[in-house]
Amino acid sequence: MIEAVTLTKHYGAVKAVDGLSFTVPSGTVTGFLGPNGAGKSTTMRMILGLDTPDAGTVTVNGRRYAGYRRPLREVGALLDAKAVAGGRSARNHLRWLAASNGIPAARADEVLRQVGLGSAAGKLVGGFSLGMAQRLGIAAALLGDPPVLMFDEPVNGLDPEGVAWIRTLLKALAAEGRTVFLSSHLMSEMALTADRLVIIGRGRLIAQTSMADLLAEGTGNHIRVRAAEAAELATALTGRGARVTTEPDGALRVTGATADEIGELARVRGFGLAELAEQQMSLEQRYMELTHDAAEYTAAGTAPTAALSTK
Amino acid sequence: MTAATVLAPPSAPTTRRGDFGNLLRAEFIKLRTVRSTYWTLLIAFAANIGFAVLAASVIAPRLSAHDRAQVDVVQLALAGIHLSQIAYGVLGALVVTGEYGSGMIRATFAAVPRRRVLLAAKATVFTGVTLVTATASTFAAYLAFQAALPANTLSGTALSAPGIARAVAGGGLYLTALGLLGFGLGVILRSSAGAIATVFGLLFVPPLLLDLLPGGWKNDVGPYIPMEAGNQVYVAVQHEAVALAPWTGFAVFCAYAAVAVATGLAVINRRDV
Ligand SMILES: Nc1ncnc2c1ncn2[C@@H]1O[C@H](COP(=O)(O)OP(=O)(O)OP(=O)(O)O)[C@@H](O)[C@H]1O
Ligand SMILES: [Mg+2]
Repeated sequence: MIEAVTLTKHYGAVKAVDGLSFTVPSGTVTGFLGPNGAGKSTTMRMILGLDTPDAGTVTVNGRRYAGYRRPLREVGALLDAKAVAGGRSARNHLRWLAASNGIPAARADEVLRQVGLGSAAGKLVGGFSLGMAQRLGIAAALLGDPPVLMFDEPVNGLDPEGVAWIRTLLKALAAEGRTVFLSSHLMSEMALTADRLVIIGRGRLIAQTSMADLLAEGTGNHIRVRAAEAAELATALTGRGARVTTEPDGALRVTGATADEIGELARVRGFGLAELAEQQMSLEQRYMELTHDAAEYTAAGTAPTAALSTK
Repeated sequence: MTAATVLAPPSAPTTRRGDFGNLLRAEFIKLRTVRSTYWTLLIAFAANIGFAVLAASVIAPRLSAHDRAQVDVVQLALAGIHLSQIAYGVLGALVVTGEYGSGMIRATFAAVPRRRVLLAAKATVFTGVTLVTATASTFAAYLAFQAALPANTLSGTALSAPGIARAVAGGGLYLTALGLLGFGLGVILRSSAGAIATVFGLLFVPPLLLDLLPGGWKNDVGPYIPMEAGNQVYVAVQHEAVALAPWTGFAVFCAYAAVAVATGLAVINRRDV
C-alpha cells in the first residue's frame, strides 16, 4: 500500500504537487492519470525519496521509502527507461542493482528472460530501442520480487505484443496481492488494465475511485433504443420520469431508466425492440471531462472527440 | 510469461557491515563494467611508462652536467604524471557525474537511499582501484625508466637510494588524491564538464596567477597551491628551498580533496534528483 498525505512540492514558483493525498491499495492495479505537467512523475519521485516534499508525507507499506535498508525488495520502480548508463550491458546493469540490495546475481538473467530480453542480456544498453529500454526498466523493477511496483508510463514505446504482455503482467502481479501503481496517457490501455484510478490536475487530486464507479457516473451515459413504435415508447418512458431525446438516425437516447426497465416496459406494451444498448462514456471521455479545467498544456483549436463505447 | 513467483521472501537478517559490503560490490561492478574505466587506466599506464622511457632515452643523455646534478630522478622518470593526472582527475569526476549525466543516479539513489553511505562506498571502491592501478603504473614507469636509461647518465637511481621508493609510491598517492578531488567536485557540481573544468582549473590556474604576485607573496602562497603541494610527494630529493616537505605537501593536497569530498557529503542529502 502506498499512502500519500498532503504531499506538496514546489520548484521555484511552480507548484508541482499541491496538498495531494491518496491511497494505493494492494491487490489491485491503480492507474495514475493527469494531464502533462500535472505532477505524476514528481509524486513518484517523492514516493522513492528522490525528491524531498516541501510538506506532507508518503509511505510505502507504512514506512518512508528511505527507511528501507534494502528498498528494491520492497518497491520496484520504473521512472525513466532511458536513464541508464549506455556503456553497460543489460545484465551488468541489473547485476550492480542486485548486488546493492543483496539480491542473488542469478536474478538478473531470470528477470531479463521474463521481460523477453534474454537474448539481449549481453548487449550494451546504449544500443537499446525505447521499447527494449522499457523492458529493461521493468526487469529492474521486478529484480527484488517486491510487493509494491510502480511504473511511470511503462507502455511508452512498447510494441503491441509488449503492450498486451505488460497488461497481463500487471494484472498478474496485482492478483498475487501486490500493489501496482502506474501512470499512462493511453486511456484505452488504462481502461483495460487498471481497477482503480487516482486522477490529478495541477498537482491536486481530482478523483480517487474505482474504474467501474468512474465510468458509471459518466454524464453522457445513456441507453440507445431503436423500436418500430419509437414515438409511443418515448411517451411511455417520459411518463415514467425518464428523459428521452431522438438521435438523428431515429433511435431514442434514454437517460433516467435502466435497460432492464426499458425492456420490461416494451415487453408489457408489446413494442418490438430492434436495439437496446447501454452507451457508456469511455475512460478517455470521462478523463477529459474531469481534467478539462486542469489541463495546462493543450493544443490550440482542437476539440477531441471520441466515440462512445458500447458496453 | 510467468509473473514473479511469490511475494518477496523474507529477506535474511543481515548486518550493517553486510550491507556496506553489498554496496562495495555494487560500486565495483559499476566501475569495472564500463569501458571508460579501462580507457582511462590504459591512457594513464601508457602515459606514465611512455614518458618514462622517453625521459630515460632522450632527455637524460642530453642533460648538462649541471642539470644532472640538479634534476630530480623521480620527477624526471614520472614526467608522464603530467598527462596521467588528467586521466585520473577525469575518471574521479566521471565516476560520479556520469551517473548524473545519464540519469542513472536516480536508480542508484532508489536502490540505496542512504546517500552518504553510498558515497562512502563509491569513494572506497574508487580509491582502492585508483591506488592500486596508479601505484602499479608509477612503479612500472620507474622500472621502465631504469631499464631505458643509458649507462652512466644519472646516479642514485636505485629504488633503494634515498627518497626514491617513497617518491615513486608518492606518484601513485598523488594520482589517487587527485582522483578524489575530481570525485568530490563531481558530487558537488553534478556535471561532467563543470567538475572536470574545475579540477584542472584548480591545478593549472593558480601557478599562472602566482606569477602575477610579488616575489614575497609567491614564496608564502606558492608552496600551498594544489599542484605545488601535491607534487612534493613524488620528488625524491628536495632542491627547492620554499617547497613543502613531501608528506606535508601531500597532506595539504589531501586536504583540498577532503574538503571537496566533505562538501559533497554535506550537500548530497539536500538535493532532489
Ligand atoms: N526538477 C524540476 N525542476 C523544475 N520544475 C520541475 C521539475 N520536475 C517537475 N517540474 C515541474 O513540475 C510540474 C509537474 O511535472 P511532472 O513531471 O511531475 O508532471 P507529469 O504529470 O509527470 O507530466 P507528464 O504527463 O508530462 O509526464 C511541471 O510543471 C514541471 O515543469
Ligand atoms: Mg511524467
